[in-house]
Amino acid sequence: MSEVMAGSQPRQSKWSMVGKDPYSMPLDEIDLSHPGIWQANEFLPFMERLRREDPVHYCKTSAVGPYWSVMKYRDIMEVDTSPQIYSSEPTVGIVDSFEEFMLPSFISMDPPKHDEQRRVVQGVAAPANLKNLEGLIRQRVCTILDGLPLQEEIDWVGRVSIELTTQMLATLFDFPFEDRHMLTHWSDVATAIPGRGSVIQNQEQRTEAMQECLAYFTRLWNQRVNQEGGNDLVSMLAHAEVTRDMPPKEYLGNIILLIVGGNDTTRNSMSGGVLALNENPGEYDKLRADHSLIPNMVCEIIRWQTPLAYMRRTAKVDTILRGKQIKAGDKVVMWYASGNRDEEVIERANDFWIDRPHARQHLSFGFGLHRCMGNRLAEMQLRILWEEIVQRFRQVEVVGKPERIYSSFVKGYSKLPVVLHPL
Amino acid sequence: MQAAVSNGVPGIDADCGGSCSCATCHVYVDAQWLDKLDAMNPTEEAMLSLSTDRQANSRLSCQLPVTEELDGLVVTTPEFQF
Repeated sequence: MSEVMAGSQPRQSKWSMVGKDPYSMPLDEIDLSHPGIWQANEFLPFMERLRREDPVHYCKTSAVGPYWSVMKYRDIMEVDTSPQIYSSEPTVGIVDSFEEFMLPSFISMDPPKHDEQRRVVQGVAAPANLKNLEGLIRQRVCTILDGLPLQEEIDWVGRVSIELTTQMLATLFDFPFEDRHMLTHWSDVATAIPGRGSVIQNQEQRTEAMQECLAYFTRLWNQRVNQEGGNDLVSMLAHAEVTRDMPPKEYLGNIILLIVGGNDTTRNSMSGGVLALNENPGEYDKLRADHSLIPNMVCEIIRWQTPLAYMRRTAKVDTILRGKQIKAGDKVVMWYASGNRDEEVIERANDFWIDRPHARQHLSFGFGLHRCMGNRLAEMQLRILWEEIVQRFRQVEVVGKPERIYSSFVKGYSKLPVVLHPL
Repeated sequence: MQAAVSNGVPGIDADCGGSCSCATCHVYVDAQWLDKLDAMNPTEEAMLSLSTDRQANSRLSCQLPVTEELDGLVVTTPEFQF
């Protein structure tokens, strides 16, 4: 995800489809890469039209250059599981300019290097390790929820979603707890699109923040490189044969990947679940009546939210997908957010349905070698959060419009005003 | 895998629905059955190589079609699917 930081899309209306009827424009003008329709929450009907009329869609002109959009579940599956045709190099972000920000990390590598580096760190999010973390996570969830004021408006994103995911990240890195807000900051900066209302105004500010991140993590590396053991991510990278000599840029790339991967995603599912239940009061009733639905509901939340809207690949060879001729070098974007609403595979795909059958079958984690390595950790954090919410609150009521992030990649919220009603 | 999912056998998640692309239908095959199975294809090998609980007798059950010859096959599920 680090490479996605090269956000160069200008906030200009030329590319914007906000407020337009998806059926009013010629097909070839539909451009899902523009962050505006994601922030305005207007992407669904455009995706639906493309799934119906042009499921492998070529957008010739956009702010990020020409690219293919893959809209259907099964096609996405095919692309995701064919790394020999669709490469993750040089980047999995839609923008490929700004070379200086193209940090190498294993998400943007093909086998064998991807496999080698991933193996070093994935144990931290493996279920055996998660069992040890469950008690700690629950304790933190309880502390946060018990500290929230009742019957007055609070921001769920800041008070709960960000706080919980950041605490978790600090634990996985064994990062100084008092400085943990820096992790949130670097995560936000890494994927931000510079401009008004953004956390950064220009690319220089991003470079500055990334240098600061590297300097901080280099100190941690130096402290730990000569210490035996250490189950944290920094020690793992510093000790493993395949990563201990990696150049600073690659270290930074992998750190940013782990920060964004572990932060933005679960954070937005934590907020998204609250919103989904409020928009579907019947489902909230089902939850209140039967807490054993929580594990299934968690999968449904992750599908419904799809916290990362897409991953990009680059064709290595000329190939054909659903009859379309894709040339070597072409950008191919798998819109997970669309595949997760594909009625051909997912029944009543636009409905939020907490006891949905086969809820685990969704695209939010991707498939194949690059499948999200934190998927079990994400599910566990969300499960514990909801188990503790239903013990305390009759409703987490959304009382105002959510503010959404200006990004076609990170699909999430910067604000969600809620009021907590006790049992 | 399909047999496990259709019969609600716990411990087989099969998130990808049998496409050899998630490794959540991981099983350990009893020794006497190992050489009766078809050899692994490169995709299964690659997915299993990223598993944290892989053992010498690990297979992805979506890649084990049930045949007459496999009648009586014994497999164990790992403690976790990842």
